[in-house]
Amino acid sequence: MNENLLRPVAIAGAGLGIASIFLPWAYGPRILDDMTYYFGPSFLQVCYALLAVVALACLVAHFFLDRMSWFARVIAWNDAAKAASLGAVGYAIAVIIAIAVGGGGLINVEPGGWLALGGGALAAVSWFLPASKAPIFERLRCPKWVQILAIAAVMAVLLFAAAFALNQSEADGFLVFAVFLGAAIFTFHATGFFGWLSLAAANNRKVLVISAFTVAFAFPFTQNGSDANMSVAAQVLTFAATAIGLNIVVGLVGLLDLGYIAFLGAGAFTAAVMSKSVFATLSVDLPFPVVALISGTVAALFGLLIGTPTLRVSGDYLAIVTLAFGEIFRITMINLDGTDGPNITHGSNGVPSIPNLDFFGFDFGQSHEIFGIQIGRFSNYYWLLLLVIGLIILVFANLNHSRIGRGWVAIREDEMAAESMGVNTFGLKLLAFAGGAFLAGVAGSVKAYTDTSVSPDQYVFLESAFLLAAVVLGGMGTIMGVLIGATLLKLLPEKLRYFEDYRLLLFGALMVVMMRFRPEGIIADERRQLEFHDTDEELAEEVEEDLTTHHAHLNADKELP
Amino acid sequence: MSTDRSVLLDAAHVTMRFGGLTAVDDVSLQIHHGEIVGLIGPNGAGKTTFFNCLTGLYKPTSGAVTLNGEPLPPQPRLVVKAGVARTFQNIRLFHDMTALENVMVGTYCRTKTNAIDAIFRLPRHRQEEKVSTELCKGWLDFVGLADKANTLARNLPYGDQRRLEIARALATKPSLLLLDEPTAGMNPNETRQAEDLIFRIRDLGLAILVIEHDMRFIFSLCDRVLCLVQGAVLIDGTGDEVQHDPRVIEAYLGSPAEDGPPGMAEAAEVPNA
Ligand SMILES: Nc1ncnc2c1ncn2[C@@H]1O[C@H](COP(=O)(O)OP(=O)(O)OP(=O)(O)O)[C@@H](O)[C@H]1O
Ligand SMILES: [Mg+2]
Repeated sequence: MNENLLRPVAIAGAGLGIASIFLPWAYGPRILDDMTYYFGPSFLQVCYALLAVVALACLVAHFFLDRMSWFARVIAWNDAAKAASLGAVGYAIAVIIAIAVGGGGLINVEPGGWLALGGGALAAVSWFLPASKAPIFERLRCPKWVQILAIAAVMAVLLFAAAFALNQSEADGFLVFAVFLGAAIFTFHATGFFGWLSLAAANNRKVLVISAFTVAFAFPFTQNGSDANMSVAAQVLTFAATAIGLNIVVGLVGLLDLGYIAFLGAGAFTAAVMSKSVFATLSVDLPFPVVALISGTVAALFGLLIGTPTLRVSGDYLAIVTLAFGEIFRITMINLDGTDGPNITHGSNGVPSIPNLDFFGFDFGQSHEIFGIQIGRFSNYYWLLLLVIGLIILVFANLNHSRIGRGWVAIREDEMAAESMGVNTFGLKLLAFAGGAFLAGVAGSVKAYTDTSVSPDQYVFLESAFLLAAVVLGGMGTIMGVLIGATLLKLLPEKLRYFEDYRLLLFGALMVVMMRFRPEGIIADERRQLEFHDTDEELAEEVEEDLTTHHAHLNADKELP
Repeated sequence: MSTDRSVLLDAAHVTMRFGGLTAVDDVSLQIHHGEIVGLIGPNGAGKTTFFNCLTGLYKPTSGAVTLNGEPLPPQPRLVVKAGVARTFQNIRLFHDMTALENVMVGTYCRTKTNAIDAIFRLPRHRQEEKVSTELCKGWLDFVGLADKANTLARNLPYGDQRRLEIARALATKPSLLLLDEPTAGMNPNETRQAEDLIFRIRDLGLAILVIEHDMRFIFSLCDRVLCLVQGAVLIDGTGDEVQHDPRVIEAYLGSPAEDGPPGMAEAAEVPNA
């Protein structure tokens, strides 16, 4: 088709789409976030408009390329327009489905909704526009403060998006917003922005880490004292902390551990039976940090116990042995009930009513008011978990960037070559196994107090599988990837209870798709990024030269007449 | 350059059997300090297997190997620590690590940082990290890969990968370096560079045992040449002696030496350690 025809059609479509948000989309205020107003767009409608505006801007930009000089090459205008308009269509479809399901039939979709879909579809004819040249966005060199500002802005947006997504109590609002986020990420990706951002992040590691923790720390303040979401957030953190421990074993050393949840359980049970609960069998009065260390040590001992005999043989055996260990652990915990064995864990009832932690008079069970915002019980534990996960990340990162970490990765890459280069492979594998178990044990001790009860049925094989999936999905050997993977895997089931019956099916499908299209996980190993970074410097110089010559040309053009 | 000509490695009557197959048959070899010894022989003669016996990957069926009079320990990593490093016939780098990291793995056995040092970034970690980084950059520079430090090993061209393997082996501070076909797959230009590299390594005071099929390379490089045929030593002598021995020509140099080895491709296919 002819570009001269396509572009106006697409522009008109995007314009119609923007106009549609000033019309009602849904009949009835209880559907999604009340899309019933004329000239009063709801938040989810504004989200749609954002996509449409980006599409429109990128389509129109075409007419001004000549006047933009070098900036014309920064963004892949056509590609971004395609992504944004496709995103808009997808989003409109998601909204219409949500309206139809929520209201009971397509009859509930008002003309505005159809206009949004139609406008998006028209805009999507931009799909047939020619592809853009590779954008130079990611090669742009910016002053440090711009990079830092961008990181901070992205973090703030992240905080806002996380808070908004979590506050969606209904699955439909959550899903629709998730589709928006997906479309937005897709669009930004098409512009080349993410390449630039990951470079900026790599250049400003400290800023990234600090801002990420600030945002995570600030999260409870967005919850207005509601503990429901903070409970989910605390679960996510526990899960993520455990997954990072597992990431040492799986991601760095390449050992397949299918029973890792047992180490979390070992830590949780240790903390529980030592707690001041009336059901605790070994109740002692020790400060929590000591309890956490003991829990970690117990888990590490379990790690040594099963690692010593099995780590000498090849990987497949380890998978089987750890799988069995996970089950043996659970069944042992059930049997330590006083009838089948000594009474330590109260069998399948476990240890309930574990009292709250108390740090120097700071009671974790109480809510507090900070800056006029109620901070509930789960927020307290959330912050404790944040501290724990921070320490675990520190341990992971420091080990990874050391002689030990290099030895681990060498083992993963080629165990025999590593041994032939003088690496103590058995010792390092054992260290990873016991160390990972230790971290899980520490996380388990906090989990025992957060949940107030510990029972064997929380530590089933499925949990180990999910942990492993979080590592693989997020990106083996990375911190960021595993954090994202753990968040997705814990958050989605929480928010999509509606789909509970299909949870495993959807999850399996997701894994298959990931393995097909992005086997390295959401975030690739930083060693690859390092290289990417390296070639990028070259490219950056190349482009700089390019730009200066371009400028020279422009100047020359000006001078000529 | 070392002028000390005492015996560094002494392999006495090394035999390696796999079931009914005798891959290495009563091979004795002495390597002196600062010496370059060539190991030649047709495909399947047992050269790589002999290497594996020296480096602890295989435990010889019979025979003994000593280094500086001490028996070599039976574990590869302890052999490295004792001072014998090697490269592999079919390159075995850590592909998803950068070139620099690959070399730094080589320093593992010479450093002592433990998990606690690393986690808390204690002085020993920082000190050793600094020293080994400098050292390894030096080795990369030595083999001519200074500008490839941050490239992933998998993305290096073939010749560079071979050189990186040598740098990694050198980082273990060996007194004896075993090179398994260091020029396999290289073009003539790269081969000349490799030759130069090996001389420079010898000049550092290391002894070198090198397996090669490229006869010109072997005879221009080696002080002594050992020829294996079907696992057994055919002849152990100077380059000249070996070059003109009719039995070697019969067993191995059937085609003119200048043409290089026949069947380079097959050589790479033999399953090797
Ligand atoms: N682990 C093993 N098990 C059984 N047989 C083996 C083993 N390793 C080597 N062999 C056999 O021992 C013989 C010698 O093999 P080796 O790899 O040492 O030869 P080579 O001299 O290095 O040959 P090339 O020049 O092709 O590399 C071959 O017949 C080989 O098949
Ligand atoms: Mg061989």
